[in-house]
Amino acid sequence: MAAQTLFEKIWDAHIVHTEPDGTTLLYVDRQLVHEVTSPQAFESLKLAGRKPRRPGATLAVPDHNVPTTDRKLGIADPVSAKQIQTLEENCRDFGITIFGMNDTRQGIVHVIGPEQGFTLPGMTIVCGDSHTSTHGAFGALAFGIGTSEVEHVLATQCLIQTRPRTMEIRVDGKLSDRCSAKDVILAIIGRIGTAGGTGYVIEYTGSVIRGLTMEGRMTLCNMSIEAGARAGMVAPDEKTAAYIKGRPMAPAGDLFDRAVKAWRDLPTDPGAKYDLTVELNAEQIAPQVTWGTSPGMVTGVDGKVPDPKAMPDEKSRKATERALEYMGLTPNTPMTQINIDKVFIGSCTNSRIEDLRLAASFAKGKQVAKNVHAMVVPGSGLVKHQAEQEGLDKIFRDAGFEWREAGCSMCLAMNADVLQPGERCASTSNRNFEGRQGAGGRTHLVSPIMAVAAAVEGHFVDIRNWN
Amino acid sequence: MQPFTTHTGLVAPLDRVNVDTDQIIPKQFLKTIKRTGLREGLFYDWRKRKDGSQDPDFFLNQPRYKHASILLTRDNFGCGSSREHAPWALLDQGFRSVIAPSFADIFYNNCFQNGILPVVLKADEVQALFKGASREGCQLTVDLAAQTVTAPDGTAYRFDIDPLRKDCLYKGLDAIGLSLQHASAIAAYEKRRLSDAPWLFTDLAR
Repeated sequence: MAAQTLFEKIWDAHIVHTEPDGTTLLYVDRQLVHEVTSPQAFESLKLAGRKPRRPGATLAVPDHNVPTTDRKLGIADPVSAKQIQTLEENCRDFGITIFGMNDTRQGIVHVIGPEQGFTLPGMTIVCGDSHTSTHGAFGALAFGIGTSEVEHVLATQCLIQTRPRTMEIRVDGKLSDRCSAKDVILAIIGRIGTAGGTGYVIEYTGSVIRGLTMEGRMTLCNMSIEAGARAGMVAPDEKTAAYIKGRPMAPAGDLFDRAVKAWRDLPTDPGAKYDLTVELNAEQIAPQVTWGTSPGMVTGVDGKVPDPKAMPDEKSRKATERALEYMGLTPNTPMTQINIDKVFIGSCTNSRIEDLRLAASFAKGKQVAKNVHAMVVPGSGLVKHQAEQEGLDKIFRDAGFEWREAGCSMCLAMNADVLQPGERCASTSNRNFEGRQGAGGRTHLVSPIMAVAAAVEGHFVDIRNWN
Repeated sequence: MQPFTTHTGLVAPLDRVNVDTDQIIPKQFLKTIKRTGLREGLFYDWRKRKDGSQDPDFFLNQPRYKHASILLTRDNFGCGSSREHAPWALLDQGFRSVIAPSFADIFYNNCFQNGILPVVLKADEVQALFKGASREGCQLTVDLAAQTVTAPDGTAYRFDIDPLRKDCLYKGLDAIGLSLQHASAIAAYEKRRLSDAPWLFTDLAR
């Protein structure tokens, strides 16, 4: 058999039917569901008199609208409350497992899938959420879909798909010990652009990727969509199996051993061809900070706000001018001279226990600057619990950070956690779009430890020289 | 779903690159449990000036584009969030087709689920259409069968589209119904996979 990539192996293993034009009916092993993109799917299913084909292959959780303050008080916004109630009713009506708002297992959909062992190598996984690419960290083919496709998967456990092309992004060399997966993926997006991955599935390879923990790999794959790729993947290895073993929804005993054996065949074969390969040298990756309104508008913290006048073409000049106006930034300002008002540590990109441990290790004994408001929002109830067992909440609180309940929170500000117009935020989330964290809000994407340092100093600092 | 055969309509130009779905429809409009009534959220933040008043310069606030049904825009339209509320809002406003040099994948897919035809043309062709669109009342004809966009001067620009997608949109087919025609193949697949990879079938019990 011809040498195959990780993607090709998974794709081929999920083909149910192929049309003459190559369009594929692709089998979907697992679906995750949240409250925002599912109500219309369930409604249409009901109207058409259809039932979920495999309700047990779907896991639901409310995350976007949930308050991160005391849950006993319920949800103040009646529209948000209605959406969450609708999810609960739909799950009850259709026999789908849901972790409700007051379940300790509740959390961000892309945190709880891996945490529960619901996400496994070799699977196809979808969710009505673009950051489904996160699950590719396990060597799964995972991608975001629209609501009509959520309904399609519920009804058929399949999707009609055209085969994407493959891109290898290889990162070799030694990464600074104060740079993380977040800096790597931001540097990648800076290099290939926000549409560089359109039409591709990315496989991340190289010594730096192999050296990342599972949580780092999730951060990396999470932002594949910000490079335009619907999916990003990392080949499974012993770390992957060790992470999965013993998790509540993972296979156990003989079944687990059999699965691990099969997972060993998943990595890309020697000699397999990608449609495109991009190489990065980790030594050239500095801690990253975005300066604009698209994740590709990014530079090293040792860099400056770009000058539109220096742009090579009119298109980028116009886009840069517009972004700088929105961001309230002056060309050529060193990134370390940008003052911030808020800090958000959380989101499906950076809210896992490892992110919080690392952030806490830098926050320990420090104080958030007087004019800065900083909050930490764990990715799930279980992450929160674990962090509290380890005393991380106390470290954060003592340093002046707010310690919140789990959810998407200020990543997209659908709940009460919102930036005010003009406020500037150092955020560990994934999107710096205009208004993403609140109308008029200004977002700079950074790693968790960069966010901590910015909270303490009141402006961005090069974490490589910070004690 | 409304079929798309051929459509002639007023074109509205949105001269920006990387228009993300957060701009097409901001988060506060995603709390709905319906697909309809989303036009009030369409480009909500861009319609307003800093003081909260309507920006008369924004294209959707101009009377000449009130009945526009074809959106002309730039690269990577619809990037970011997978929210299908973006095409729902465009449709609710009356847009049946979006023309751009490139689209983000999920948005592109979502259009086809809703009777909207996303058309990819070359950057110089889009540029030519932008020039023409500055004239008041500029209409284009988008013909799905012929795979062409025709400008007022008669120039026809050809576009590519996957045959299956074209067929579904042209006939307004129910995609789920199409997949269910393969129900026996799905069942056979599941049976085979259950035996080869049983750990994929440890379904959740409620």
